[in-house]
Amino acid sequence: MRLTGKVWKFGDNIDTDVIIPARHLTTFDSRELARHCMEDKDPSFAQKVKPGDIIVAGRNFGCGSSREHAPIALKGCGLSCVVARSFARIFFRNAFNMGLLIFECPEVVDAVEEGDTIEIDVASGKISIAGKGLSFAAQPIPPFMQELLRDGGLIPHIMKRMKR
Amino acid sequence: MGMTITEKILAQGAGLAEVKPGQLIEVQIEMALGNDITAPLSIDIVRSAGVKSVFDREKIALVPDHFVPNKDIKAATQVKILRDFAKEFGIVNYFELGEMGIEHALLPEKGMVLPGDIVIGADSHTCTYGALGAFATGVGSTDLAAAMITGKVWLKVPESIKFIFHGKRPPFVYGKDLILYTIGQIGVDGALYRAMEFTGEAIDNLPMADRFTMANMAIEAGGKNGIIAPDKATEAYVRGRSQRKHRFYASDKDATYVETIEYDVSKIEPQVAFPHLPSNTRGISGVGDVPIDQAVIGSCTNGRLEDLEVAAHVLRGRKVASHVRLIVIPATPWIYRQAMHQGLFDIFLEAGGIISPPTCGPCLGGHMGILAKGERAIATTNRNFVGRMGHPESEVYLANPAVTAASAVLGRIGGPEELGVMSKD
Repeated sequence: MRLTGKVWKFGDNIDTDVIIPARHLTTFDSRELARHCMEDKDPSFAQKVKPGDIIVAGRNFGCGSSREHAPIALKGCGLSCVVARSFARIFFRNAFNMGLLIFECPEVVDAVEEGDTIEIDVASGKISIAGKGLSFAAQPIPPFMQELLRDGGLIPHIMKRMKR
Repeated sequence: MGMTITEKILAQGAGLAEVKPGQLIEVQIEMALGNDITAPLSIDIVRSAGVKSVFDREKIALVPDHFVPNKDIKAATQVKILRDFAKEFGIVNYFELGEMGIEHALLPEKGMVLPGDIVIGADSHTCTYGALGAFATGVGSTDLAAAMITGKVWLKVPESIKFIFHGKRPPFVYGKDLILYTIGQIGVDGALYRAMEFTGEAIDNLPMADRFTMANMAIEAGGKNGIIAPDKATEAYVRGRSQRKHRFYASDKDATYVETIEYDVSKIEPQVAFPHLPSNTRGISGVGDVPIDQAVIGSCTNGRLEDLEVAAHVLRGRKVASHVRLIVIPATPWIYRQAMHQGLFDIFLEAGGIISPPTCGPCLGGHMGILAKGERAIATTNRNFVGRMGHPESEVYLANPAVTAASAVLGRIGGPEELGVMSKD
């Protein structure tokens, strides 16, 4: 699978209160959560973002609360992927468990600018910046996570194992 | 090769003689926890999977604590999802209003988490229980759903960082200050994916309430878990709360740590974390003139009886500054009643404060004390991210209960010594 999308760039320590403020957590409906995604950072983000767009961020993306509403809101906006220098661990788990693609690749974070278009080869983790002739190798997705992605997330994975 | 306390508990849970950092394991859990924000999604997932029973009706805790007493219709609907599920699936540990307290204060108080347990919770502050010598970590709603079905969770064995706290704490320096100082030193991702093991003389002498505060905020340094080896204080805390067997684990002398960090606590002063990261800390002497509009004493971090006692000690016979709103939130009904019997409520009320029922409430900008644009709060809570307590242009400063109470009186951030209060220690 190859993803191509326009980049929205964010800095370090983008916390889950910023991704989806707690005042909106009285629902887990993805469309409703998507409407408020990143609103305390950029109130118009949810209107501007287009399906297939990609977030590129700094260190410790998704730190703070365990709310799975954060990857749900990002996915609900149509974002296809988040590339970051590093991810907070609960966000990392949640993303794979619910099927949001994420990659760790510090080099891309350094090289890319907002508005650039990047292309990601999901299987190999190769990330290219269109028009800049640059490509980088992201951290490979660990084998267990690949298994989760193949099965469609944690729940289909455990249900498959339980049937076995 | 020796193992750390975290590795030993995880090895036991995985049915293995030994585990190593980086190893992916599946462990049996003793308790799985969810609240009114995270559990509705888990319940939806469990129902959609078509399963008709959970792995163990007694090992799941559903605690509606975040937006309770129900702040609006949507919050009420979320809690009803928990209540209906608990009835239908026979979940024993569902806590209705009146029994409900802030989850991470409530579960230890009820003896539902014990030393040596493996606990996961769909709440990032689940790491609190590491204070009991348990392995406890936060997960998301899908993980909780999977755990409710199977009783198991997959984990990568974390590397451990050993923190050694030497020396004796100065007056008005508490567990909160040690952990804020630590986060200030290593940063909000300084312990990313790692176990934070708190050791040393100052930890040996630390009361349980302070140990809970420290383990609670391990997540604020990115840690997978915070843990303190159980001792006599742990035993005294656990005694009488549960009949269930539990086990004290301790790190081997030749255990491997990715890093060892040592602090002399006698040189640490009360800490204040400035907006908008818990790592943005300063000693109280370096705060300067920071006027406040609100002071919040409560949360899973500092809403225990000992915290209220400290606040009351500072507030006794004093008045909150005229423009400041003081909100005190006992974390559980037991703490609430105990504080009332001890006369702490009289002190808070006479000072001009107000007492909220147990709830996470303002800590995450839910209700019971939301900030307007440009307003500033000092709080004993755990996060000061942008918009955490209300408007995106409001500010939260994190501190211990003594500093928070003193600041309420001063009308600006300051320590109890400015008021001439003597420490009880």
